[in-house]
Amino acid sequence: MAEYKLNTPLTDEDIEQLKAGDVVFLTGTIHSARDAAHKKLMELLDAGKELPFDLQGSAIYYVGPSPAPPGRPIGSAGPTTSYRMDTYAPRLHSLGMKASIGKGKRSDEVKAAMKEHKGVYFGATGGAGALLSNSIVESTVIAFDELGPEAIRAMKVKDFPLLVINDCHGGELYVKPDLDAALQ
Amino acid sequence: MREIQAADVVEAVAKMCIKANTELPQDVRNKFEQAMEEETSPSAKEVLRQLLENADLSKETKLPLCQDCGLAVFYIEVGDDCKVVGGNLRELINEGVRKGYDEGFLRKSACDPLTRANTGDGTPAVIHFDMVPGDKLKIAYMAKGGGAENMSRVTMLAPAQGWEGIKKFVVERVAEAGPNPCPPTVIGVGIGGTFEHAAKIAKKGLLRKLDDTNPDPEIAAKEKELEEAINKLGIGPMGLGGKTTVLGVKLTMEPCHLASLPLAVNVQCHSQRHEEVEL
Repeated sequence: MAEYKLNTPLTDEDIEQLKAGDVVFLTGTIHSARDAAHKKLMELLDAGKELPFDLQGSAIYYVGPSPAPPGRPIGSAGPTTSYRMDTYAPRLHSLGMKASIGKGKRSDEVKAAMKEHKGVYFGATGGAGALLSNSIVESTVIAFDELGPEAIRAMKVKDFPLLVINDCHGGELYVKPDLDAALQ
Repeated sequence: MREIQAADVVEAVAKMCIKANTELPQDVRNKFEQAMEEETSPSAKEVLRQLLENADLSKETKLPLCQDCGLAVFYIEVGDDCKVVGGNLRELINEGVRKGYDEGFLRKSACDPLTRANTGDGTPAVIHFDMVPGDKLKIAYMAKGGGAENMSRVTMLAPAQGWEGIKKFVVERVAEAGPNPCPPTVIGVGIGGTFEHAAKIAKKGLLRKLDDTNPDPEIAAKEKELEEAINKLGIGPMGLGGKTTVLGVKLTMEPCHLASLPLAVNVQCHSQRHEEVEL
């Protein structure tokens, strides 16, 4: 397990060196998008319109933060469960997205897309929303304000702590549950 | 007949919503600390360390423990000899949720199931009422996050499947959920009643403390058996491997139809956010 400090936008070289289990501290701009925002991004793509942010080298954070209290750039901001975005992720990888950040398992289609387009899936600690918000120094809603917690935000992060769950070489960190041991 | 003022209900509910979302219960903290000692894998220890740091930070800053402040679920026990004056109890609870979620900067996650339009104020809450003897009003609140709730299941087993069938279903559901519901989880299991009742009692069990023991020794033994089986899955904190996949299993059993064996598994995330008050 290695430790890396990476900056956005991410490059093919950044991604290729990563292996499942590596720790990454990410700095730069990432974008929040979850269920409803992804659906709207697909509608824009289908209509041939421009997306609200540049996908090249981008990292999308599956998060719906809590409201920012006075004096803080953002409220609690931990990852949401990623599988709900599995339908959309392969298309975004094919268009230049390099990384997604969430928690939980990904589909075979997403893993294949990461292999083909040199992408990576980062895990952040679920339920540690207060702690993770400390790495977000600035947050601005840039699209779909009407979606409230699901709006797309540009977030400036500094040393955001991530774990490589799926790398672009087919490696995966999650353990396979041992049903035989449990039901013996 | 004892009278309870409407404003007291609203105030109590608002306070509970904020407290449950910003203060990790002591019994959960104790379990995290115990798990940290038992875990040998560095990643399992690191996840638990982060969760403890997160809890400290939440308490200090009043930021919610998790950005998903849940759908507000209530189990209400109304004493026969008390009545709420100045408003309808359901409305008052919803009013308390609106106030608490707003003033506590909690995320409002209630939305239309098809259009997905957010209702904007965290309501309507899901409320279960029960009439009990006495002159007290007991309000129990639970913040039910979507990630864990989505991994919950209800099934109707054949009576012949018995305990072995129940155990298999529960363990398989936790295995299938894997890292998704933010393990280590707490599992509420409801056996009996009808289709909807099994789910209701499974969830109600999640209001119990993690360190309590079921007063019925036979059920207590079954809870232990399920807990040990699930922990053998090796999923561990956040699915990264380890000995702690569940912090506890809470089992509730009630009689059912002679043709049926209803079973519900309700998954709760590690923060196990809930509060109770008696007015």
